[in-house]
Amino acid sequence: MSFMPYVAPEQMMKDRSEYAHKGIARGRSVIGLEYADGLLFIAENPSATLHKISEIYDHIAFAGVGKYSEFEELRIAGIRLADLRGFSYGREDVKARDLANAYSQALSNIFTQQMKPYEVEILVGEVDGDASGTAIYHILFDGSVTDEHEFVAIGGHAGDLMELLRSRFSADWDLTTAVKTAVEVLGSPESRTIEAGAIEAGVLDRGRSHRRKFRRLESPEIAGLLAG
Amino acid sequence: MTDPLPLSGASFGANPSFVDLLRDARPDELAHLRRTVSAESAAAVPHGTTVLGLIYADGVLVAGDRRATSGYTIADETMRKVFAADDYSAIAIAGAAGMAVEMVRLFQLELEHYEKLTGDRLSLEGKANRLAQLIKQNFPLAMQGLVVVPLFGGFDERRDAGRLFYYDATGGRWEEDDYQATGSGSQPAKNSLKKRWREGLSREQAIRAAVEALLDASEDDVATGGPSVYRRIFPIALAVTASGADEVPEAEVEAAVIAVLEERA
Repeated sequence: MSFMPYVAPEQMMKDRSEYAHKGIARGRSVIGLEYADGLLFIAENPSATLHKISEIYDHIAFAGVGKYSEFEELRIAGIRLADLRGFSYGREDVKARDLANAYSQALSNIFTQQMKPYEVEILVGEVDGDASGTAIYHILFDGSVTDEHEFVAIGGHAGDLMELLRSRFSADWDLTTAVKTAVEVLGSPESRTIEAGAIEAGVLDRGRSHRRKFRRLESPEIAGLLAG
Repeated sequence: MTDPLPLSGASFGANPSFVDLLRDARPDELAHLRRTVSAESAAAVPHGTTVLGLIYADGVLVAGDRRATSGYTIADETMRKVFAADDYSAIAIAGAAGMAVEMVRLFQLELEHYEKLTGDRLSLEGKANRLAQLIKQNFPLAMQGLVVVPLFGGFDERRDAGRLFYYDATGGRWEEDDYQATGSGSQPAKNSLKKRWREGLSREQAIRAAVEALLDASEDDVATGGPSVYRRIFPIALAVTASGADEVPEAEVEAAVIAVLEERA
């Protein structure tokens, strides 16, 4: 018979938390910010196909940092939850708040009950009606949720990026200004310029006539915005 | 209701099918597919009647009349039987209306779910096959009188051309390179299209041919609703081209209806 050595619960949580933090800090960051027509998620991502930013539902978008396999699993679970809800009730009954709660529950369970916590941080963004209907939920690896306003940065250099955004942010930015500024901010902690090809961005555009408000900005469009 | 967040289980890879997800998460939703119904009750539910599709220069046009019947009763005079399945395809339904509309809804979700999960749109071939599988699931009910027989038209982005598929109740799938009609008025509609269709029709000609075929069907088949200028009931048509699946504005359909009626007056 084997015995596990006793570890105080405080110590165990602290260790897990440190472990998750380290994993997240190694990765690159994502910025989420409100602009004149909606919500922009933007990140540095050298891969054009392994996305950090994606669509969940008609007016809900997702962004994740940290370990790809883990936030990808969360993304898929979110799409399944949203599509099932929308099928059972109505499309407008699918809400980012419910999704954030579900993520929070799942991550909290994983954090306390599994061998290792998920090394992820995610954003769930929503646009609904006018600018007052915009919401950004920020969910941490331990399941804690915060309701963010105007802008947020997650991942490696989150602290520095938040500082920079705080000094520059303005709610009336058009898409061009928002993308340009966000790309400058993303590169500034390491004082480098990020190429348009290494930028991944998606918007929830309130002005889009399509039922699905999410639109991925493709490389040529990003290059155009950065040059404009 | 509190859904548990369905994190992926023991199966390998993420299944991008919404129908499979629904079957696991809410088995009751699809349980009716295995029930038995009597012939009388099957005949008593509303049935949609005539829909058609034709290839034209820019892509494919899918159109349908507006009537639903149950037995000798007209159940609905303004029913919609033509839907966009996604941004580049359209589906038109004939047969048991309630089940057909539900099938369209499932099919639309199936395509959107796949697109979101994988980040890619299904190929047109893939969409057409998936629809065949959905129809096959309905086979036990189809044999009891609740038949759903859709037409599926889409723009194939890889081939850069419009394509048209039709199905039978067993899930059999055939591709047409000119035109096709299904439903109770399909025979007169096909006869009409046979005379009007030729390769490379313009958009205007295609709408005209579709309207004329539906009018012919309504004259020979009691279950097919004719257009009515006074009650403002016009066929619904969807054009699927390289720029997407767009409903033909009512004014355009109305103009075609009036032109055909004047020619015949």
